[in-house]
Formats: sequence, structure tokens, C-alpha cells
Amino acid sequence: MTYALATAVTAHPGPSGVPLAAAAHGFLSPTGVEIAFLLVGLLTFGAALVTVTTRQLVHAALWLVVALGGLAVEYLLLTAEFIAWVQVLIYVGSVVVLLLFGLMLTRAPIGRSPDADSGNRWAALAVAVAAAAALVWVVVDAFRTTWIDLDGPAAGSTEVTGASLFQHWVLPFEALSVLLLAALVGAIVLSRKARAEKSSPPVNSRASAGGSPVVPESRNHPSGGHRPTEQEGAR
Amino acid sequence: MNDALDVALRLLIVFVVFLTFPLIVGQTEHKVMAHMQGRLGPMYAGGFHGWAQLIADGVKFAQKEDVVPAGADRRIFQLAPAVALLPYLLVLLAIPIGPGEGAVGQVLDAGVFFVLAVMGVGVLGSLMAGWASANKFSLLGGLRTAAQLLSYELPMLLAAASVAMAAGTVSLPGIVDAFEWWWLPWQITGALVFFIAGLAELQRPPFDMPVADSEIIFGAYTEYTGLRFALFLLAEYAGIVVLCGLTTVLFLGGWHGPWGADGLGWVWTLLKTAILAFVVIWLRVTYPRLREDQLQKFSWTLLVPLSLAQIALTGIVKVVIS
Repeated sequence: MTYALATAVTAHPGPSGVPLAAAAHGFLSPTGVEIAFLLVGLLTFGAALVTVTTRQLVHAALWLVVALGGLAVEYLLLTAEFIAWVQVLIYVGSVVVLLLFGLMLTRAPIGRSPDADSGNRWAALAVAVAAAAALVWVVVDAFRTTWIDLDGPAAGSTEVTGASLFQHWVLPFEALSVLLLAALVGAIVLSRKARAEKSSPPVNSRASAGGSPVVPESRNHPSGGHRPTEQEGAR
Repeated sequence: MNDALDVALRLLIVFVVFLTFPLIVGQTEHKVMAHMQGRLGPMYAGGFHGWAQLIADGVKFAQKEDVVPAGADRRIFQLAPAVALLPYLLVLLAIPIGPGEGAVGQVLDAGVFFVLAVMGVGVLGSLMAGWASANKFSLLGGLRTAAQLLSYELPMLLAAASVAMAAGTVSLPGIVDAFEWWWLPWQITGALVFFIAGLAELQRPPFDMPVADSEIIFGAYTEYTGLRFALFLLAEYAGIVVLCGLTTVLFLGGWHGPWGADGLGWVWTLLKTAILAFVVIWLRVTYPRLREDQLQKFSWTLLVPLSLAQIALTGIVKVVIS
């Protein structure tokens, strides 16, 4: 999705007035940039494969960093500098950190996780291949023989990106922001409801630590037969 | 050939700055902290007021054995210091210290996004270190690092977006070129938010929960020894240089000053950066450490609304004056 968008931004010929070289290009005499693009693409693909196949959860997240960073390099090679930095900022800087945070909070053993596998792997593979095929088809169909002129002014500079985003793609942009806002509100509502159902235990650690004077109190009533500290904790 | 030489020279200069400035900040911190606490600080190494103390420290670190705990994830444990340190080297490339193309490592079209994006990557190093150490204190430190980054990245970005809006460009030299003196009162809220959020991202006191030595024994760096530990320390000081340089460039007008604009602009940049670095050290000596919940609350209930208000103010003023 982002890939298609970036390609659309960088290679969209008409509205932004980007000059595109239409000269003949041979597949058998690739330029240095094209070779670099292919190599980085292979690296990104490899990292993505390792991400979904490794049994070590945190390693998967770190390989995801490599894959997302490789994608940013591809954007750079396509002269889409702004998209590249945003890719690093959002995905590597925030999404992966959030992912690692979640992993560390729950379960992130060093070494293999025996249950880090899914019975749905063939269904997942089918969905992934279908999604990839659809994306590749759309991109190839849209930009058959368009080539980016790397020697001219950058076709994906911040100015060009901003202009095409807010002049020609402003409706999808607004629709996406409404969608994200709805997701944000939904997340807040869900998390608040979950907390209310748990009848709100004391949040402050000092409030629960205040229950310690109960221990001498239990000495006065030994016949109670209950464990006061647990009672106090449940309160 | 000439181009290659030019690029090599720029890289070399940035590298030298990267190696020396953090050490200067570190030595300043030794001395300033000491004098603020009523003592002398290092006095013997090198003869004159202990100027070679950090070099001696470096030699000491290099001599120590490089230990990797048996239970650790070896490769990630060894990779983490590099991941923490290298982003700051990359950021230094993009910070302009004077007008013109000659005073910046590399002119970037989307400089603000580049520096913020790459600075965010540096935190991955702490996370990797915290997880790979196989130590509960380290894991706690890593968790705190991640939580802190997630809450302070947003106000930092919003403050930077405000000044980019004011300048009408996201290129760092472009922002300084557009700077006028009255931006200082106009963007003061954004500047404070940016600086404070940057301190939190660097895990400097009073935001040093992730490395709180009295609670979790230096957090993610508990298991590190020798040179790798020194690299983490170097990353912290390089981070101070980068943060102060960025605040100077974004909010304090970089090379603009009351006089000496021709040719001496870089002195202004360095002077402002040095003053900000002094403030960073000053804050460390002055304020006690915040508690984790206070830290989160400070960001979400104070810094984020303030930066949003700053953006609104920037937008209103921008519309009025244009």
C-alpha cells in the first residue's frame, strides 16, 4: 500500500509536472542505481522471510527492522526522500519499538519459542502471496514503461510529495485520517471499558502498601483463621 | 575525483566532530558538576585541571575484558552498542553550523524528518541491550526506555513540526535561513517542549528512569563492560551534542546573532550549542529523578497539549502575517 503510494507519488507523470525520461532503457545494461535497487530489494525480501520464519520472537522483530529499513533505502533510490525518512520514523522508530515493548512486557525468552508457530501457516502463505500478487499487478499495470529521471530534479522531494498529496490525493488522505481517528477512539474506549470491569484496584503502589499495618492486627485476632495479607491485597 | 575528495573531507570532519565534541561535553560535565557540588572534580590526569581524564577513562575501558554473559543472546548483545551510537553520527551529518553548503555535512531535503527518524533508531540499541542481557534489571531498563521513547517522541515531533510550519520548509538550513528574531518568543513553548522531550529521549536526568543506578543498576547497560559500555556512554554524550545542536538550529536561529553574521556564524552556532549543553548538565545536578508514572504523566498531560497549542499558535500567526 505505502509502496504503491510512494511509487505513485514519485512516478506520477501528469499533475505534479515531474519530467520523466521516456528514453529507451535496456534491461541488459542496467545502471548502478538499478543494480543497487535489486540488491537492496533482495536483502529486504530475505529479511522479511526470516522475520516470518524465525522461531525467536525478538529476532523476528529485529529482522523486521532490517526489512523496513531496506524498504526506506528503496524509497531513497527512487528519489522519494521524504517518504523514506517517514518510513524510518514511523515504522522503525515507533512501530517496532512498540512491538518490542509489547514482547518484553509479555513473553520474550532468549532462544527459541517452541509455540511460536501457527497451524494457519498455509492459509497465511496463500493470503500473503495473493496480496503480493495484487500489489505487484497494480503497480506494474500502472507504471508499465515509466522511468524516473534520476539526473533531473528530485521527483519525490518533500515539496512535490506535499503538493501531490494535498492537491490530487487529498480525499484518500482525509479518509485515511478519519479511519485512524476512529481506530484511536476505539482503542481508548476498549481500554477504558476493560479497566472499569476490573473494579479498579488501587493504582498507586503506596495505597496498597498502606495495608501492611494489618499484620499486627491479625495477631490480636488469631482465631480468624484467615490470611490477612491476602485479604488486604484483594480489597 | 574532486567530488569524491570533497565528500571524504566532509565525512572526515563530521567524524572528528563526532569523536571530540562528546568528550568535551563529558569533561565539562565532570568539572561543572564538581564545582556545582562544591568539589574540584578530576585534577590529576594530564596535569592542567585533569583535562585528560576522559582519555584516561577511555584507555581504562579499552583494557578491560569484554564479557558476554553466558545466558545472553550473544550477537544482539554485541551489536547493541553500535546500534545505539551510529545514529548520532548520521544525525551530525545533517546539522548545519553555518550558512551555505560548506558548513553542513550533507544538505538534506527533509532534514527535520531525517534527524528525528534516525535519533529514534538509536533507542533500539538500548532495547536490544536490555533484552539480550538476560538480566531482569536490564529488561526493566529496556521496558522503561521503550515506554519513555513512545511517550516523548510525539511532543518532540509536534514541536519540530511547529517550527517547520513557521519556516515553510523541512530542510534544516532552510529553517535557519528563514529565522527572524521574533520567532524566539513565538516558538518558545515549542523550544522548551522540544528540549525537554529530547532530554527524556536521551535518558538524561531528571528523566533517567531507564538507567536509574540506585533502582535497576544502570538498566539496559548492567551487563556491559569495557569498550562496549564506553560506547553506550559515548552515545549519551553524542546525544547531548546532537540535541543541543538541533535545538540551536531549529529554535535559536543557528548562525544568526546580533553581530558577526559574515563568516563568524559558526561561532554563534557553537556558542549556543555549548550553552545548551551546559544547561543539560545543570539540570542533571539540580533536579531529582522523576518517578515512572510522573514521567509518563508529564509527557501526556503537559508536553503533548503544550506542543499542540504551539502548533495552533504557529498556524494562526502564519495565516495572519501571510
